[in-house]
Amino acid sequence: MSIDSAKTPFAVTLDVGGSLLNKTGSWRSERPVYVDRLPPCNHACPAGEDIQGWLYHAEEGDYRGAWESLIANNPLPAIMGRACYHPCQQACNRAQLDQAVNIHAVERYLGDLALEEQWPAQIVNPPSGKRVLVIGAGPSGLSAAYHLARLGHSVEIHEAGPLPGGMMRFGIPRYRLPREVVDGEVQRIVNMGVELQLNRRVDDIPKALEDGGFDACFVAIGAHIAKRVDIPGPDAARIVDAVSFLRDMETGDAPLQLGRRVVVYGGGNTAVDVARTAKRLGAEPMIVYRRSRSQMPAHDFEIDEALEEGIVVNWLRTITESDQQGFKIEKMTLDENGWPQPTGEFETIEADSLVLALGQNVDQSILTNLPGVTLNRDGVVEVGADMATAFAGVFAGGDMVPAERTVTVAVGHGKKAARNIDAYLRGETYRPLPKSEVANFETLNTWYYTDAEQKMQPVLDAARRRSTFEEVHTGLDADSALFEARRCLSCGNCFECDNCYGICPDNAITKLGAGKRFEFKYDYCKGCGMCVAECPCGAIVMTPEAT
Amino acid sequence: MLQQIEGSAAVAQAVATCRPEVIAAYPITPQTHIVEGLGDMVKRGLVGNCQFLNVESEFGAMSVCIGSSATGARTYTATSSQGMLFMMEAVYNASGMGLPIVMTVGNRAIGPPINIWNDWSDSMAARDAAWIQLFVEDNQQAADVHVQAFRLAEAASLPVMVCMDGFILTHAYTRVDVPEQAQVDSFLPVFEPRQLLDPAAPITMGAMVGPEAFAEVRFLAHYKQLEALDLIPRHAAEFEAIFDRDSGGLLKSFDAEDKDTVVVSMGSVIGTLKSVLTDMRQDGSSIGLLSIRSYRPFPKQQLSDALANARRVIVFEKCLAVGMGGILAADVRMALANLSIPIYSVIGGLGGRPITQDNLRRMLDKGVQDQLEEPHFHDLNVEVVHRELERLRDIQRPGSSAESILRDIAGADAAARGSR
Amino acid sequence: MTKVPDSEQRVKFYQTGTFTVGNRLLDEAQRTVQASVERANSLDSGHRACQGCGEALGARYVVDAALRAADDQLIAANATGCLEVFTTPYPESAWRLPWIHSLFGNAPAVGAGIAAALRARGREDVRVIAQGGDGGTTDIGMGCLSGVFERNDDVLYVCYNNQAYMNTGVQRSSQTPPAARTATTTVAGSEPGNELNSGKSVPLIAMAHGIPYVATASVNDLHDLEYKVVKAMGFRGARYLEVFVPCPLGWGSRPADTIKVARLATQCGMFPLIEAEYGELTAVTRIRDRRPVEEYLKLQRRFAHVFAPENAHQLEALREIAERNIRRFNLLPNEEAAP
Repeated sequence: MSIDSAKTPFAVTLDVGGSLLNKTGSWRSERPVYVDRLPPCNHACPAGEDIQGWLYHAEEGDYRGAWESLIANNPLPAIMGRACYHPCQQACNRAQLDQAVNIHAVERYLGDLALEEQWPAQIVNPPSGKRVLVIGAGPSGLSAAYHLARLGHSVEIHEAGPLPGGMMRFGIPRYRLPREVVDGEVQRIVNMGVELQLNRRVDDIPKALEDGGFDACFVAIGAHIAKRVDIPGPDAARIVDAVSFLRDMETGDAPLQLGRRVVVYGGGNTAVDVARTAKRLGAEPMIVYRRSRSQMPAHDFEIDEALEEGIVVNWLRTITESDQQGFKIEKMTLDENGWPQPTGEFETIEADSLVLALGQNVDQSILTNLPGVTLNRDGVVEVGADMATAFAGVFAGGDMVPAERTVTVAVGHGKKAARNIDAYLRGETYRPLPKSEVANFETLNTWYYTDAEQKMQPVLDAARRRSTFEEVHTGLDADSALFEARRCLSCGNCFECDNCYGICPDNAITKLGAGKRFEFKYDYCKGCGMCVAECPCGAIVMTPEAT
Repeated sequence: MLQQIEGSAAVAQAVATCRPEVIAAYPITPQTHIVEGLGDMVKRGLVGNCQFLNVESEFGAMSVCIGSSATGARTYTATSSQGMLFMMEAVYNASGMGLPIVMTVGNRAIGPPINIWNDWSDSMAARDAAWIQLFVEDNQQAADVHVQAFRLAEAASLPVMVCMDGFILTHAYTRVDVPEQAQVDSFLPVFEPRQLLDPAAPITMGAMVGPEAFAEVRFLAHYKQLEALDLIPRHAAEFEAIFDRDSGGLLKSFDAEDKDTVVVSMGSVIGTLKSVLTDMRQDGSSIGLLSIRSYRPFPKQQLSDALANARRVIVFEKCLAVGMGGILAADVRMALANLSIPIYSVIGGLGGRPITQDNLRRMLDKGVQDQLEEPHFHDLNVEVVHRELERLRDIQRPGSSAESILRDIAGADAAARGSR
Repeated sequence: MTKVPDSEQRVKFYQTGTFTVGNRLLDEAQRTVQASVERANSLDSGHRACQGCGEALGARYVVDAALRAADDQLIAANATGCLEVFTTPYPESAWRLPWIHSLFGNAPAVGAGIAAALRARGREDVRVIAQGGDGGTTDIGMGCLSGVFERNDDVLYVCYNNQAYMNTGVQRSSQTPPAARTATTTVAGSEPGNELNSGKSVPLIAMAHGIPYVATASVNDLHDLEYKVVKAMGFRGARYLEVFVPCPLGWGSRPADTIKVARLATQCGMFPLIEAEYGELTAVTRIRDRRPVEEYLKLQRRFAHVFAPENAHQLEALREIAERNIRRFNLLPNEEAAP
């Protein structure tokens, strides 16, 4: 039955939908605006990864997309997914809800998948015709080479050693980082057209630049001169340094004759690496550290794993001299400032050898013919925020510049240097985009996320770890990787959950469709702010109206 | 079909022939027999797919009717007295939304004191509710006017009350020619609602209207009722053509033309008045009778025309506007404002007080001699009133207006006694 | 036995925003009605509800879901009240479905009339929803509501409960919680605010009628709400859904906090989310992340006085209400419902 609306009672009966004529937006004193805040993981990542960005793809099971997003910033995800100490997870807001997202494990999953599938890296810019020399094939140099190649430049890496990887190969034991992973990710960079020359030491950078016709140079030779401490005693041969020990493990150049009882002196990750390596070689290592456990620079989980593997740690001890049986050590005590002070109490440890893991210095010879470039008080090369040295066209990064000495920092340096070199080659100055405000936990509305415990990576049984160099941590399976990715809260960035669209009492939001996010209908938005309060990820803010 | 039948049963059968689709029923004396009858017919499957709802109150009844009528169903209910008051909010609502509901009012007094007997207080309470109010004189009309009421309601898109005196008509067994289905079908077309809650063409019914348009809404309600003044006689004529009976219409003259005195009234008392007036005419009085059949809309012009030559008018009604006087009389006076003749207001039959030919004759004999006070309370027991007022005199001091009405009725009563 | 609604179980693996309105990781069919660009927007923009109105939101949630469940064959009857006034001031209607407002206390009966008419006319494919606020439903409309229930009329009645007469300026209703301030239960005298030990549970009264389905829902949990609307629409006969809808104006809460306040009401036990069929409790929505009652109360000025030391007994009384709800309906996780 059709009804002629002209016949319906005046004013009492209305046609539908007429309220659209009433523009309630005029009620508003504040307007909601969509923003992208900086997720804390991204903020914490020394390599500058857009972690949330690649997790977004991974959540959908689009691993190729996730990996490509990942390697836009970091060319070594399979390595970093193992060697990185993942500060992202310390920053992860989810830790305040249950546990951090296991970003590290998902990164490794993607990295391994890419190696397995042999996904190639893409070059995004056309060839620039510029040539760049990278000195050192460690993480920083490889990263710089990759990014420069990606940006269209021609890159040559001159590596002094026999194998690429730097500390990734010569510092990190293979039970933490299998060598085929290193080889695979280096090869991918080489496949981009980067020329890798091994056993090619550069002593005179200006000359090398001129000889090779390079337009710029990135130096990343690392810090591999071991720090020594004078331990008086008859038999200096029984004292080796950690760098040499770990390098020899890789090159097999020298016999590893440490004996059964090995003392490792130091409290950093290298000390722990040495002790765990020695353990796997059949020795009984003991770590001696002059301060307390909580002051050890080594990561907690590494110490825990070492202890699980049966490694003894002696805290608050210094080694004062060596003798035929072993080493004389003095007990220390902490003063009120937390510094170790001698107690005058001594004891002797019977041991066959001592490995010094007391840190490394930069090889100064690299400064030859680089006027103005100097080492600072800490023995590292001063660079600007753009990673440039005082010598025009020469940039530096990695362990040889002032920064935390981690693979991740090094990779970050490589990227940053590459971007600055790219700008330099075009006669410009690289200007990074201003960083957004960090999306802290208080900006989130976490009610909307299900409780979901972190998926732990399987860990090799401690008994087997004592005798094998098999990887301690194995990767996540596909389901767990997906599950982890989906634990991401998407802090500060819209993940198209439709909350704003759904909870607006005024229908004042247009849903633009997958990937296109949303738009406010300011004609109708009354400015109640519910969308801001109920946005799970803090991607909307209220701003005062202009008038 | 001619039957000896209770008025309520006749109405029930007549309503059933109108093919109602939804009936809301709530018991209240004296209308109850109607919905009982309909309920029984529905249950026996004699009323098609009609839905018969036993609701929880008269308010619920009218509310169900509102929903049902707005959804395009032919809808019926019935009420009386307190029930009318209890549904009153919904009564106004039904007309405000222009919903063609038909409701029988089994006219009954309103308490307290609680009283189940007939007068028109309930219909009069709804006088301004913007419903059409049709009064019937006997059960034949009661049956017939319901058929016309559906036609009218749906044509005008307005609700209609059919007002029939409680007990006097509802419970009276008389001969009624109950409308035949085929004839009703030829008179009453299928309901084509002017507005309809329909998902295929959504509308919003019952909007809030502010000062900017409220007056216009009310004017249009008034205008719609005036339009019904044309529809009602047209429908009555069509009805007569099919059924060969004179039922309905705006008003009916019984020898009122060119009479000196015309009595104006409504409902079942018309029958009694007809007998009395026949006697009076035989006795030489120039007196006629006019029955108002459409009380709302009120046929002002038609009444004025009919009474153009009268020299006095006596309005007899079964209701009282307390503090004012006759309600129908006030309407008649407004209609006859152009005539400079006395118009007497007589109020009687309240709460079922019997109206007899005798007491009517006494009252009218005074009336034709211009001896009725204003207003005249028919058959009032003045002694009782006096006694009660006497008892109260010590505790209250009535004002002069109240005193004067008492003097009037005392004098009138004395005169009545004297004349007997 | 208590069971988790299907809607929750289905999305268990989709952690990212599992409880959000939409979820790009879910199949379209499993997402909420509100997530769809094709939702009806039955209550459209331009209505005149206050900023952050819970009722405007709740009504669109319910009616949109009911429309989808009824394949758009739906008619609504509406009681007088905010929802009516802010949606249909002449000449603008915000509704997009056939809708009728009659009176304050008769929406259930109007709905019954619509249902009767549809049945009489053989249009039972068209479904009926009747709705109103708590005053129109549980006070002045209670008679008609009970009538619809006991006759088992084919009407889904939805009460948007904001716990007072808001349209007339925040007066007490039978749903006003103890101690709450309203314009007729002012903060004055020795027992400020509403009387303790007053009020009634209409869902329980509805259950006593033995009708096919009774449920409570809240604007804070759309999945739960839509699940219940769809479930209700799956029954024929009388159904009752009470939706908790905070009123920023009447409660003295921030407009932006409307959903937060609703969420806390369920999290602290003050508003239990339950389901019943044919008079028997069949399911409860367990509290996720229980919060103290104080956290709920503190967001609302109508309860400000209960934090004064001299009114400690009022705060205690409110705590007891929450405790009783939690006990009675087994609202905490990992507890079996009482037999």
